[in-house]
Amino acid sequence: MTLTVPVEFLQASPYFADMNVSELDSVAGLFFEKKIDKGDTIVWEGNPGEALYFVASGAVKCFKTSEEGKEQILQIVLPGNSFNDVAVFDGGPSPTSAEAMSLVGLYGITKRDMEKVITDHPWLLHNIVQVLSAKVRHLLDLVEDLSFRHVISRIARILLEYADGAGPKPKLTQQEMAALAGTAREVVGRSLKTMQEDGLVRMERNRLVISNKDELVRLVNSHP
Amino acid sequence: MLEMPWVDFEKCTGCGTCVAACHCGAIVIVESKAIIIQTLKCGWCTVCEAVCPEGALLCEFEIVIEN
Repeated sequence: MTLTVPVEFLQASPYFADMNVSELDSVAGLFFEKKIDKGDTIVWEGNPGEALYFVASGAVKCFKTSEEGKEQILQIVLPGNSFNDVAVFDGGPSPTSAEAMSLVGLYGITKRDMEKVITDHPWLLHNIVQVLSAKVRHLLDLVEDLSFRHVISRIARILLEYADGAGPKPKLTQQEMAALAGTAREVVGRSLKTMQEDGLVRMERNRLVISNKDELVRLVNSHP
Repeated sequence: MLEMPWVDFEKCTGCGTCVAACHCGAIVIVESKAIIIQTLKCGWCTVCEAVCPEGALLCEFEIVIEN
């Protein structure tokens, strides 16, 4: 039987760490595959959480939208990581919307099938606690950032986090930088201009070059 | 090939706000959709993204660290 999701993909996921190959084979048979075009919405905030998704390729942004239409990005999900976890496990509505930032390949498993997997392999709950704890930790870091850091310091941190480094990183618009930093697009534009004048970054058409990484790191740490 | 701002044709209503705002005269409306036709004129100033009421124009930045 050809499986939708490669066993190696599941093996590398913290959700299914320590599962043996025959167990992974049976779990893999429950997954479905989706291709999503750039800009398309995968999950709508407030809708029932019907499936847990794992990003196979591309990038997905998870965000909340205010009544005025302002976005706050809570997480950009890269290959190997999951989203819509909370709604699948607590049975409530999806707390965020999820939108494809590029052409995205997804592996999904329905809420019902995930519950079956947990019933068959209850020790997986230990893995799930670890995954959810990592997500809580990420959100706490975000709260700390939004509460205590100055905007320019938050933007500097975003530039360092999303600079092409060890793995592929999504390209970001100034609107997305604003939605990550919890500020307005104009503030991002002004902050980037200040950083450019101070010699920390250089704008080259569609490339944002960090020309003085040490100073940018200092900027992040100097506005705790 | 020179990269251009990305237009989401499903979101674009062809309202022309971007055409009016573009300092470079790079955008035209063709069959009710924004098209960046003067590719060499586009300076990636991102004003089209800023003014688009539908969020249909994206000017993405690749973030890189200089060695």
